[in-house]
Amino acid sequence: MIEPTVYDLSSPGRHGPLLPVLDVPEAPLPDGYLREDLLLPELSELDTVRHFVRLSQRNMGIDTNFYPLGSCTMKYNPKVNEKAAGLAGFTDLHPLQDAEMTQGAMQLLLELQVYLAEISGFDAVTLQPAAGAQGELTGVLMMRKYQLDRGETQRTKILVPDSAHGTNPATTTMSGLQVVELPSSPRGNLDLEALKANLDDTVVGLMLTNPNTLGLFEERILEITQLVHEAGGLVYGDGANMNAIVGVVKPADLGIDVMHFNLHKTFSTPHGGGGPGAGPVGVVAKLAPFLPGPVVSVEHIPDDFDDEEEHVHFDEDGDDFRLIWHMPSKSIGRVRSYYGNFGVLVRAYTYIRMHGAPGLRRIAENAVLNANYLKARLQQEASYPVAFGDRICMHEFVAQGILEGAPDIHTMDIAKRLMDYGFHPPTVYFPLIVREALMIEPTETESKATLDAFADAMIQIAREAREEPELLKDAPHSAPVKRLDEVRAARQMILCRC
Amino acid sequence: MPFIANTDADRDAMLAAVGLERIEDLFRDVPEQHRYATLDLPEPLSELEVLREVSALADENDHLGELASFLGAGAYRHFVPSVVDFLAGRSEFYSAYTPYQPEVSQGTLQAIFEYQSMVAALTGMDAANASHYDGATATAEAVIMALNSATGNRPGGKGPRKRVVLSPALNPQYREVVHTYTQGMGLDIVGGDLIDHDFHTLLELVDEDTACVVVQNPDFLGQLHSAAEMQDLADAVHAAGALLAVSVDPISLGMFTPPGEYGVDIVMGEGQSLGNALNFGGPYLGFFAMRTADVRKSAGRIAGETVDVDGQTGYVLTLSTREQHIRRGRATSNICTNQALMALRACIYLAAMGKHGLRSVAEQCYHKAQYAATRISMIPGYQIVGEKPFFKEFVVRCPAPVHVIKDYLLMEWGIVAGYDLVDDYPELGECLLLCVTEMNTRQEIDDLVEALASVAEMVEDMELELVRELEDVR
Amino acid sequence: MAYKFDATARYAESHDWARVEGDVVVCGISDYAQHALSDVVFIELPSAGKTVTKGDVYSTVESVKAAEQVYAPVSGEIVAVNDDLESTPELINEDPYGAAWIIKVKPSDPGQFDELMDAAAYETFLSEHE
Repeated sequence: MIEPTVYDLSSPGRHGPLLPVLDVPEAPLPDGYLREDLLLPELSELDTVRHFVRLSQRNMGIDTNFYPLGSCTMKYNPKVNEKAAGLAGFTDLHPLQDAEMTQGAMQLLLELQVYLAEISGFDAVTLQPAAGAQGELTGVLMMRKYQLDRGETQRTKILVPDSAHGTNPATTTMSGLQVVELPSSPRGNLDLEALKANLDDTVVGLMLTNPNTLGLFEERILEITQLVHEAGGLVYGDGANMNAIVGVVKPADLGIDVMHFNLHKTFSTPHGGGGPGAGPVGVVAKLAPFLPGPVVSVEHIPDDFDDEEEHVHFDEDGDDFRLIWHMPSKSIGRVRSYYGNFGVLVRAYTYIRMHGAPGLRRIAENAVLNANYLKARLQQEASYPVAFGDRICMHEFVAQGILEGAPDIHTMDIAKRLMDYGFHPPTVYFPLIVREALMIEPTETESKATLDAFADAMIQIAREAREEPELLKDAPHSAPVKRLDEVRAARQMILCRC
Repeated sequence: MPFIANTDADRDAMLAAVGLERIEDLFRDVPEQHRYATLDLPEPLSELEVLREVSALADENDHLGELASFLGAGAYRHFVPSVVDFLAGRSEFYSAYTPYQPEVSQGTLQAIFEYQSMVAALTGMDAANASHYDGATATAEAVIMALNSATGNRPGGKGPRKRVVLSPALNPQYREVVHTYTQGMGLDIVGGDLIDHDFHTLLELVDEDTACVVVQNPDFLGQLHSAAEMQDLADAVHAAGALLAVSVDPISLGMFTPPGEYGVDIVMGEGQSLGNALNFGGPYLGFFAMRTADVRKSAGRIAGETVDVDGQTGYVLTLSTREQHIRRGRATSNICTNQALMALRACIYLAAMGKHGLRSVAEQCYHKAQYAATRISMIPGYQIVGEKPFFKEFVVRCPAPVHVIKDYLLMEWGIVAGYDLVDDYPELGECLLLCVTEMNTRQEIDDLVEALASVAEMVEDMELELVRELEDVR
Repeated sequence: MAYKFDATARYAESHDWARVEGDVVVCGISDYAQHALSDVVFIELPSAGKTVTKGDVYSTVESVKAAEQVYAPVSGEIVAVNDDLESTPELINEDPYGAAWIIKVKPSDPGQFDELMDAAAYETFLSEHE
């Protein structure tokens, strides 16, 4: 069954919600400015409701299915987050209202800055970046400007491991810098010799995801960061995989100088079908002057100030203060409008307040335990190879869709067949350095029972691959549509109903 | 913790299966001296407690739900029909991620396709993408796309074009973000500080090195440019081999000429107005529409229509080879996560309001803004700035410092007056940018007029002491 | 995997082929390269009149999963471009050595052609590197 588009459903003369009758006199419309037609659909409210409810039913989400999409941390999103972010005191707040009117929201931002700094060990945090990739851009632009500020204009290269997310090299290019790709070692970590060979005074810094996209913690992280620092470079930490280590280790303690958080991953804000995210960036003190602004800061109020004034806070020492917007002195500038994806920040704030330090640690512990348990079952019972499978993995691991006795079966077939078992497939064909990659991240919110059901399905699929391979080749059988022709989409380029 | 399902017994069984004794053994690759660092965070809270705390913070804000507001300047209060919250609140939508597996993501993909279709229809362009972070970053991405797209046009093989011309009437925050995004690209960005906002002055900056010109319509000060005027601008920009990008208010397109009809190459802007709350500045969405010829040079996700093996219509993410996960260091943008949920809200909004609804929203904004401006212009001491027609925003030159007026209106009248232009456009003098939408009742507008008149009277009656006093309090 | 070769063409390690036709060198990508890409959906073509140096990227060929750069096997001026590929990029899959030639170059250094591998050497190169 296909669902017609809003245009197919349109019926001339129907309309949705009405506005109040115009209560001012009509003004003449200006000549030479008006459009003739507006090709939007004409639907009744029920048409709209049925259409989008039906569309929603053609999706898998965390709330409906296990969704072990590697590197995306598809954990359960607590509903209280939604309630908090939906409070009128936040949703009806205009970003350009005077600071006196928005002290509560600013306090939430200030506290979140402090919490994220504490969790990561950094000295300062900006909440402005709208997503992880924008956090990367923020971080790399800061690294570049820091080096320029020191007169190190010859530094134009960023070192990026070959296992990195594509955003790392893309960010580097966007920042006007050159990418130097570093190979991985036989242990699945960064090749230290290759790092040393490339570290000279042309290097702005290294971008490192730790744990990396293979789900492996950098065993020699302290040596790596020390080497980069000795060469005058900075270390960027890609925080995409923070869920593995939150509450366990502070990235700044490992020698990371700047790192983005993915609040939609580690801190449980909904992924929204592809966004919004939020990508705050934490930095060590020497980079703080380069942060994008404005950031919230505290202004102490002199004693003789009228205490009757509204919105004055008192700190622990009883001194008066209020919150103001502040532009750091050597800021790279604004990376987006206003202060960030505020609604997402409210959700992350709520989540952190509910967990506290012990709760955050339990997140990482359970995420890593879940991943290792699932990995063990797949390795032992289903003979799926796992890249660097002899090591303990962190929050995720990379299995391979390579099954003995089933030479024609590929990762894509396994992924599609998983849909028939009611599971969203893992991330496929990434990282690029692993053949037939199936990157599996169960997250801490899944139960052993769910993991067992998934492992059982993978085991069953391995059996089908050998005995009834067409079951996999023709999969999915039970999804709203069968396998879609991506080649046709790219060649025909039908991008809208116009 | 309510969000972790495993019991101690589960954990013991799982550890045994992995062959470890203690949870701590899982972290043996983490340098021991840094493992289990102390975190100084507030104590964990229950759901009830956290709601109390967060509600207290929310209550400390003076939000626009409780006040009459004439503040816009890039973020707008518009009516959001109930269906938007209800439908976008379906967790099958919001708890999904990027539709990498199309067969189980048809809901998200079809919604993106419909969003793209309606944005293309609204702007009169060939195609639209699935969204950027906001209007500012959509503008920066438009500039970067133009730099890549216009490169080949430069005569004599002199290498890539490096000049970007920004209108001074482009939202100041958008101009800032363009500077931030491109700071490593060695560009020559000009125009933002021009005092004269006339297109002819802007065009004097366009040379053979220019990749693009970026303007806003209606501009940041509310002024509308006619289709003919825009067409002349587009022709002149194209004659120089550059692209023209226009930031638009999508609500204005409910009644005004779509940019696709006046020769523009890129249309982008802030999509917050389309069914999204103010949210203290985010999450919003940047919409982005273009010509077919430029699609492969553009950034961001795009959904396309195709068929499955049985020939049934379905949707996939397409043209992904432009994106960072495939092109890596050769990609022109690093964007990955976008604002899909906000685009879904925009999609539902446009579908629900539809052809007639959007037009009536636009017309109500227009008529109410004209009514407000006409009445304010009759108050002695106030002057409407600008000769051109305007949509829902306009500039008023005031008889007293704008911040003094704003404070007085808020304290005495409960009115959020508008945006003080003195920092962004000091040359204008004491000017206030007012915004009137369908959310403002006639009563609110009449109150605003009365309040402004009382300011004028105070100034007239030489009650400047009061004005100064108010300034001192500030 | 058995790949097709054009016995009259020469090959570069980047899987580009070159064939002398009169006073021009015709260039394209090998059967191995089109297999590795899978279904080609788009090709970005250079314009005639442009000068390329051996090893320059002169085109990008895209499937739905990859965007591979195409390198000039010899230096010279591009005298012809196969515009048919714009509307029918699938020719690259169907006939990589024939209908899917990409550019014709008037070589500035005819000796460069002889430096390329012949079909037998390229076949050996592939078997060693696959």
